Amino acid sequence: MKKSIAMLTAAMAIAFPAAAQKNVEVLHFWTSGGEAAALGVLKSNLEKQGIKWNDMPVAGGGGEQAMTALRARVTSGNPPSAVLLMGYDLVDWANQGVLADLNPLAAKEGWDKVVPAAVQRFTKQNGKWIAAPLAVHSINWVWANKAVLEKAGVTAEPKTWDEFIAAAEKVQKAGFIALAHGGQPWQEATVFDSVVLATGGAEFYRKAFVELDSKALSSPTMLKVFQRMGQLRKLVDKDFSGRDWNVASGMVITGKAGFQIMGDWAKGEFSNAQKTPGKDYTCFPVPGTQGSVVFLSNQFAMFKVGADKADAQTKMASASLDPAVQSAFNVLKGAVPARTDVSDAAFDICGKRAMKELAQSNKANTLVGSIAHGHASPTAVKNAFYDVITRHFNGQLDDAKAVAAMVSASKS
Amino acid sequence: MRAHLLARLLISPSALLILVCVYGYIAFTFYLSFTPSTLLPQYELTGGASYKRLVGLENWSVALSNLWVFASLYIGFALVLGLGLAILIDQKIRAESAFRSIFLYPMALSFIVTGTAWKWLLDPGVGLERSVHMFGWTSFSFSWIKDSELAIYCVVIAAVWQTSGFVMAMFLAGLRGVDSEQVNAARVDGAKTWQIYLRIIIPQLGPVFVSAFVILCHMAVKSYDLVIALTNGGPGRSTWLPSVFMYQYTFTRNEMAVGAASAVLMLIAIGVVVLPYLYNEMNKAKHG
Repeated sequence: MKKSIAMLTAAMAIAFPAAAQKNVEVLHFWTSGGEAAALGVLKSNLEKQGIKWNDMPVAGGGGEQAMTALRARVTSGNPPSAVLLMGYDLVDWANQGVLADLNPLAAKEGWDKVVPAAVQRFTKQNGKWIAAPLAVHSINWVWANKAVLEKAGVTAEPKTWDEFIAAAEKVQKAGFIALAHGGQPWQEATVFDSVVLATGGAEFYRKAFVELDSKALSSPTMLKVFQRMGQLRKLVDKDFSGRDWNVASGMVITGKAGFQIMGDWAKGEFSNAQKTPGKDYTCFPVPGTQGSVVFLSNQFAMFKVGADKADAQTKMASASLDPAVQSAFNVLKGAVPARTDVSDAAFDICGKRAMKELAQSNKANTLVGSIAHGHASPTAVKNAFYDVITRHFNGQLDDAKAVAAMVSASKS
Repeated sequence: MRAHLLARLLISPSALLILVCVYGYIAFTFYLSFTPSTLLPQYELTGGASYKRLVGLENWSVALSNLWVFASLYIGFALVLGLGLAILIDQKIRAESAFRSIFLYPMALSFIVTGTAWKWLLDPGVGLERSVHMFGWTSFSFSWIKDSELAIYCVVIAAVWQTSGFVMAMFLAGLRGVDSEQVNAARVDGAKTWQIYLRIIIPQLGPVFVSAFVILCHMAVKSYDLVIALTNGGPGRSTWLPSVFMYQYTFTRNEMAVGAASAVLMLIAIGVVVLPYLYNEMNKAKHG
């Protein structure tokens, strides 16, 4: 309570910039090195157009604090121009009727044709474009230390789930940690995304987690998913709980661990450590998910602002989807462009592969939204799923009980 | 007793602020708990649906049972340790003030710092376990913080460490207030030191016990930052306390009404303990 008052007063202080210059006020939680650098691409593009960028960063990777600040701003009738939002948060905010209508711009620039349909499911609400998508992250990636795999005698990239488990067990036998993992609910859920896709395929994934179909959720496939989560549980080290994801990536980088299952933002850690893909480490889709992609998209939701700010806001939306910006931004962010017609020339082999996977899955309709990152089911349901997944992974629920708990969680 | 106009004038801004920012918002939270608020506050009243949902939630029952374990152990240990330390310091030792400062010092840290420091200490990979291994006792194992069943006791350890010095200071003040005539009389009668403490001194510390208990009680119920820094509610959801629940549901799960309902229940829980105490103190002040 006290905090929100402070936020409110702070927000009011920021809300009346003295400059008469055109500006956009951007609320986001991208404060880490790579994220901030990527944002710089968009910033400088707008500054060239004479639009001032008022940065409103709220630290906290998950954006919880940012959401609190946003609530205060919207409740006081003074929203920022653009806000970094993800997944179902867009649906929630759109339903509050506070988002702008970008349809004229979208029609002019032909967004409908180039943005994957699965992404539009979030950036378009009730037939209106309300957000400009910047990046698509794919979640179902494995990051592997090549030297460790060589020492363990793993020679080929595993293509099926069983091959993957066998490879991981080899790594474990060789005295390494097989799977670097941080025991935080969102990380367990992130791994869970991939396991569901590898076990049931995109069709099942959608039925169970987007439509929340009880039959699918209580099916033998679901039991198998939890059994596989149990297999992974045996591959992590005993001190995994509470570890941050980037520390887990560091274990792969330094050769303590063989594999990590994590979204493509993990690549930033490898790049920062001066490691080269294909030489020091490899990246491949989680075995069993080839040709399908679990995604989360980053976009700026555009809030309804006064006429004095609307023009700059439209220019920002337009710049966000500019192919050159998309390319430069995503090279730095470690993601792939949110439009399928951008050249992959500037990307490394992991990025190229991710772009190919995205384009294929978009065509084949096997592109599914992440459960873990709120692109599959509403926030309350997502968190109820988190509870089950993390309790199961920590040995507080057996497989059968976890399946039953998933069904009741879907009714949250 | 009539206050002067100036005194009233001076105190009115802060009184007004407290009225609005504390009691006003308590009322607002209470109101919200009866609305269907999710992402943003909504103002139509829909009755007690959020309370019904709240008591049915497994996370809430986990949080409550954790609070029960945490509060009883935390209050118990802090009182016992505090009293023990106070009695030891009371033995006319040398460098008393140095010891007092040492034991009181943890209180000067914020719970975030305590939580972070203990997180490292208790972490088997970097903390106590690893240090003992480095000294050569390799079979030593202490990984409570990674164990869903035992992690809540780690929260107790850190909280007790933080607070027992403060409880000690309260008891020490109480001990100094005990009538020395009685103690001397008992000594003349040949009572042993432990008998004197047990029969004469400790029974006179009743009011201090009550004050310490009330303070520890509300600290236990509102404990939030310590858990966040120490375990972040994990492993899994095993160290959630009602305050963690409240924050999660209000600010990250878009269930503002349920979060508000849990906040109201926490306020009632604290009220049950604190109000009689305050009432008692007010009466004392009036008649004293």
